[in-house]
Amino acid sequence: MNQDDLANIAVQTKQEESRYDHVIKVCVAAGCLSANSDQVKTQLESEVKQRGLESCCKVKGVGCMGLCAAGPLVAGEGNEKMFQNVTPADASAILDSIVDNKPAPENVVIDSHLDFFTGQKKIVLENSGEIDPERVEDYIAADGYEALFHCITKLKPLGVVEQVTKSGLRGRGGAGFPTGLKWTTVYKAGTGQKYVICNADEGDPGAFMDRSVLESDPHRVLEGMAIAGYAVGANKGFIYCRAEYPLAVKRLRTAIRQAESHGLLGNNIGETHFDFKIEIRLGAGAFVCGEETALIASIEGGRGTPRPRPPFPAQSGLWDCPTLINNVETFANIPPIIRRGGEWYSTIGTEKSKGTKVFALAGRVVNTGLIEVPMGITLREIIFKLGGGIPEGRRFKAVQSGGPSGGCVPEQYLDIPVDYDSLASVGSIMGSGGMIVMDETSCMVDVAKFFMDFCMSESCGKCVPCRVGTTQMHNILERISEGRATQNDLEQLKELTGMVKAASLCGLGQTAPNPTLTTLRYFMDEYKAHIEEGRCPAGICHPVKDKEEAEVGA
Amino acid sequence: MSTAPGVEICTLIIENRECGGRSDQTILDVAEEYGIFIPTLCRLPGLSSIGACRMCLVEVKGSNKLLPACVTKVQEGMEVTVNSERLEAYRRTTLELLFSERNHICSVCVTNGHCDLQSLAQKLGVNHITMPYLHPHVEVDASHPRFIADHNRCILCTRCIRVCAEIEGAHTWDLMGRGTKARVITDLNRPWGESESCTGCGKCVQVCPTGALSEKGQAAGEMMKRRQFLPYLSMMREVGK
Repeated sequence: MNQDDLANIAVQTKQEESRYDHVIKVCVAAGCLSANSDQVKTQLESEVKQRGLESCCKVKGVGCMGLCAAGPLVAGEGNEKMFQNVTPADASAILDSIVDNKPAPENVVIDSHLDFFTGQKKIVLENSGEIDPERVEDYIAADGYEALFHCITKLKPLGVVEQVTKSGLRGRGGAGFPTGLKWTTVYKAGTGQKYVICNADEGDPGAFMDRSVLESDPHRVLEGMAIAGYAVGANKGFIYCRAEYPLAVKRLRTAIRQAESHGLLGNNIGETHFDFKIEIRLGAGAFVCGEETALIASIEGGRGTPRPRPPFPAQSGLWDCPTLINNVETFANIPPIIRRGGEWYSTIGTEKSKGTKVFALAGRVVNTGLIEVPMGITLREIIFKLGGGIPEGRRFKAVQSGGPSGGCVPEQYLDIPVDYDSLASVGSIMGSGGMIVMDETSCMVDVAKFFMDFCMSESCGKCVPCRVGTTQMHNILERISEGRATQNDLEQLKELTGMVKAASLCGLGQTAPNPTLTTLRYFMDEYKAHIEEGRCPAGICHPVKDKEEAEVGA
Repeated sequence: MSTAPGVEICTLIIENRECGGRSDQTILDVAEEYGIFIPTLCRLPGLSSIGACRMCLVEVKGSNKLLPACVTKVQEGMEVTVNSERLEAYRRTTLELLFSERNHICSVCVTNGHCDLQSLAQKLGVNHITMPYLHPHVEVDASHPRFIADHNRCILCTRCIRVCAEIEGAHTWDLMGRGTKARVITDLNRPWGESESCTGCGKCVQVCPTGALSEKGQAAGEMMKRRQFLPYLSMMREVGK
């Protein structure tokens, strides 16, 4: 396949779709599928057939539309009409609404002009909810693989690296390392065998950004990896995906097969001398394998435990070869950066954090789901504008960003811009994009305990501070929540947070104390209420004193 | 001193002393040559270093992270601090964490008086444990005719795994589970006595820092570890490369 063939496919696919007056899109990503969106799709298809509308009406399975809590979602008329909580029984009414413009039942209609939709800026998710993730033609029609062809035919590898550097993109896995700098390091690391790895071992509780990208637009990730391979001089890529994402893995497999049969992956891509192959490796359910050195050990077939850095994978990674390892969302940003230029990308966002970020908004907020927003937006806008605020008129308490590695940000910092440095300045991190909103019914000691429990169970056990330190910290938090703790426990907890953060081997241990540290910093009154008064202000924990009273009362 | 290609001679400062080393040496290697003491536990000369126990963490000027001296290579102009209030506190906490993790009761332990963990605690002034003991239920494997594996005393340093894989070449030992539930195992978690890969060489017993692996028939305090063979064997391994 060459550039002309690619353009032909794009034109043909667009023509085919323009023959239809109505395209009805049904979300077939994991969230909506689990609410039976496949049955909705089948029902819509048979309804279309029954009414003899096959020539003017097309039912299409698409990726995630974002408002996952309201799934299954259906959209028509270019997203002007959107429907929520759709059941197969609603198919007829939806068809009436789209084809005959009759009003649909109120309980299934969503206002497509909600701030949740209009407040977003989509780059990574530009095709999610638009294209059929199982058809390469759909991706090509949406300018897919254009960036790869542009790179391999018109740019030198260094030119590609320059564009990425110019874009100011930072790693979307959480730590925010400048992507251009990483690519430059691997590019410069000699001329021998090199590898590209895509980290799809998303493990933060409540986070599903990467899953959504893989399920909704898998070719975008493949294209990003191939561009990376060309730029740094690698001919082989691995996607390390957690096995708990079967649909993402299935769609990736389909996408790789399609890309190979179209000559978009494999040998002599685009009739050039560039070869690039991609293989999938499945994780076995260990959170620590999201850490790059542990991930590499796992691909090599060893036990997934981290090793000290340096040497960094960019110098010595997979099988001791220079290895470029980036997160799913980072690779998904690459094709638009190449297509529209690094300079364009750098105009979005803040001075030090460019572009957009995908967040999985969850917890005590009206609209839960997936959003993509420009960097620099405030937490208040995300939670109260896009998220629609706290349900049932309750009071906001804190927002937890960055999963078990992040912290809880209290109300007084709601107006800080969402970027790597501002979030770090208040003790949290950008993280991979989990965002859990908590209101007055959440107990911060309980939250800290939950995340510590997670880190304790997921610690690989290699280094002492993380293995035993997280266990001891968890036990102290448990004692506090049960009202059995003393002031001495609190002092010991503080000491351990500092020690585990500084002395642990890898990122898991080094960031495990963050949820505890931030809750200690901003919600000390809640800790004190548990310890000194035996009282849980939110009514979640049952400290000893409460228990005694309950027994007396009974 | 002749150097291999790509290896340079560096000068650096460790604990306010000017030192010289090769760029393929670690901070620990150079410090030892100059008689500067850095505490270690999982490391054993002759085996690969893994930087797991975090006892040898040092501060390097210009780095915001603490670095394990056993695996960090020296660089020209490095300034290394081995002993600071913070580092010493962390080391004591690390030891406390280890003592609290399993059931280390020195008075009835076969290696009492000859234990790396015990002597390091004495040296660093850890004379009491402020942390609650976790008191896990841990098994003792006495199925081997000559040796005993008492997991109560194991600190997961993985010396046994490394000596078995790297020097004996049997790879009988490995790790299973994660976090505090991690255990060293023989074969695929079969009793040691039933292991088909174990050659019975006993190197694992000799390198074990505590009483976790010992010879049968020893009373409390009688198990002396003999590690004289290690430098020789690791030298043979280097020559064989």
